[in-house]
Amino acid sequence: MRFALRRLAFFLLTLWAALTLNFVLPRLMPGNPAIAMIAKFKGGVSPQALHTLEVQFGVNTHQPMISQYWQYLTNIATGNFGTSLSEYPTSVGHIIATAIPWTLGLVGLTTILSFVLGTGIGVVGAWRRGGTLDSVMPPVFVITSVIPYFWLGLVLILIFGIKLNWLPYLGSYTNTLTPSLDFGFIWDVIRHAILPAGTLLITTIGTWILTMRNTMITTLAEDYVRMARAKGLSGRRIMFDYAARNSILPNLTGFAMSLGFVLGGAILIEYVFNYQGVGYWLLAAVNNEDYPLMQALFLLITVAVLVAILVSDLATALLDPRTRDAG
Amino acid sequence: MAMIQMPSGADPGAAPPPLELAELTATEQRTGASRSPAIRALQRMSKAIRSNRKATWGAALLLLFALISLFPGLIAHDDPNAIGAYKTALGPSLHHLLGTTGLGTDMFAQIIYGTRPVLEIAFGVGIGATAIAVLIGVAAAYLGGVWDAVLNLLTDILLVIPLFPLLIVIAGYLHSAGTAVMITVITLTGWSYTARQLRAQALSLRKRDFLEAARVRGERPLYIIVVEIIPTMTSLIVASFLTNALYAVLFSSSLQFIGLGDPNIISWGTMLRSAENNEAFQTGQALWIIAPGLCIVGLGAAFALLNYAFDEIGNPALRPIRRRRERNR
Repeated sequence: MRFALRRLAFFLLTLWAALTLNFVLPRLMPGNPAIAMIAKFKGGVSPQALHTLEVQFGVNTHQPMISQYWQYLTNIATGNFGTSLSEYPTSVGHIIATAIPWTLGLVGLTTILSFVLGTGIGVVGAWRRGGTLDSVMPPVFVITSVIPYFWLGLVLILIFGIKLNWLPYLGSYTNTLTPSLDFGFIWDVIRHAILPAGTLLITTIGTWILTMRNTMITTLAEDYVRMARAKGLSGRRIMFDYAARNSILPNLTGFAMSLGFVLGGAILIEYVFNYQGVGYWLLAAVNNEDYPLMQALFLLITVAVLVAILVSDLATALLDPRTRDAG
Repeated sequence: MAMIQMPSGADPGAAPPPLELAELTATEQRTGASRSPAIRALQRMSKAIRSNRKATWGAALLLLFALISLFPGLIAHDDPNAIGAYKTALGPSLHHLLGTTGLGTDMFAQIIYGTRPVLEIAFGVGIGATAIAVLIGVAAAYLGGVWDAVLNLLTDILLVIPLFPLLIVIAGYLHSAGTAVMITVITLTGWSYTARQLRAQALSLRKRDFLEAARVRGERPLYIIVVEIIPTMTSLIVASFLTNALYAVLFSSSLQFIGLGDPNIISWGTMLRSAENNEAFQTGQALWIIAPGLCIVGLGAAFALLNYAFDEIGNPALRPIRRRRERNR
């Protein structure tokens, strides 16, 4: 219980730190960048919205910093993130609401798939120590782990999208179709997701495989595994019930954490494939100097990670009593 | 990691080897006993570079890129900045080893001259972030008490804030970030991961006799941290440099690719940016995207292979066991 309370306190502290960072950053930068932004959008935005912006970023305002900060916190607490400038007059909240499902679907499902496949391959690789799979894997995945996501995405676009012309590579569905739940549209969405999902799978699966393999190799040297062999249990039983089960904890915590990175973990993939999720909008906001949208998306991504870390800490403590004192 | 207590050497002032040295053979320990732990760790690494195949490849790649970045003019004879010097989008030939870009510059020259800014960022961040990580991690562990609590909390907070989105936001406010800005921003946001590892090892050293001896001699904390503790952590410091350098390469190239770098600097990331802007694939100039990307992968692999190989030395359980099995057959 004490452990849980401490993790919760840490969560609140980091949340506060992230909120404050978000507030302080534009004010810290040389020549407050919001001034340029406000000048750029002056003609196209209502005077009232302009005033809100000025208060939001501390431009032309005589309010002391502390009351600006208080107003900022109140706005966040009430879910008021302001109006998007590049998509004026759409509200920031509305853009985020349309972006989240696409990212959750694409990155979320791929993360689960990557975890399941990677853990499985890691188990088999460690079990057949010294086999072909095991000796080829580590060097291959050292290499794949350093491939920039976005570049692999570009290469897949070249091969499967342009040269072979098998799969679409722009957007999340064909623009001429109207979103609906019929089979044709769903098939279209799946076809658009294959290349970005494949990119993400290739670049993330290595970590799962290596972590699982390395923990399992240590576990296989334990006495209880030798005992199981001595008892004459079947190889399959030892592999899954004795070795894999006792080695999966690092991967499970990693998985809980990676769920938090779903929203912000594929920014460049969404950018390369024009996939209209959270990351795509973050970069669009950055390029258009749409700071209200950018701030809100950054907060969203950060809060998702913080929540996931809290959950994974609590889950680890639940699953492995030894960690409770260490926290 | 194996925790074996080492017997103290003949010289009471000499530091006992750090934990990772526990796997040394008896002869190696005897010959190395009089040298400083830092030198011994470096010797072990240079031996690894000669004997471990992953380390050899990593070191060779890194050396190659370093030489290219030092003497670009000896390798490429064209001006990488000369837009429109040649016909656009020429294929590879003897005059233009990689052809020309859609802007009419020699692509080979751009790749060669583009190496230096990438290595500057890699080494700048590698050294800067590792220095901060060592100071904060070791200070937290050695000073303990309130210091440890505060520094550790700072490290933990920075550790959980997603780094790449944060970099995007900062670079977004700054607009085109040049090399120095890039190094500063990635260093200031990226040191926390390695600081945590360094703190963990420093904590395990805290109760050792040689530190007790230094305290009894009346040395100041700063002296003990710099002269007594840090040299014994050489392997981990090198590993932390490699990690930070690798992330600097990937992060800076990504930022340049999405247009947040300085477009006037020729580097692999900005090359990818202009290739994407000029629709290199759609116009049949695949090399414009393939070549700089492969360079990023090559440099990243150099850092990653070295890191992985040194990790294998520290944890012998992970080493390939090919040879022994063949002998058994």
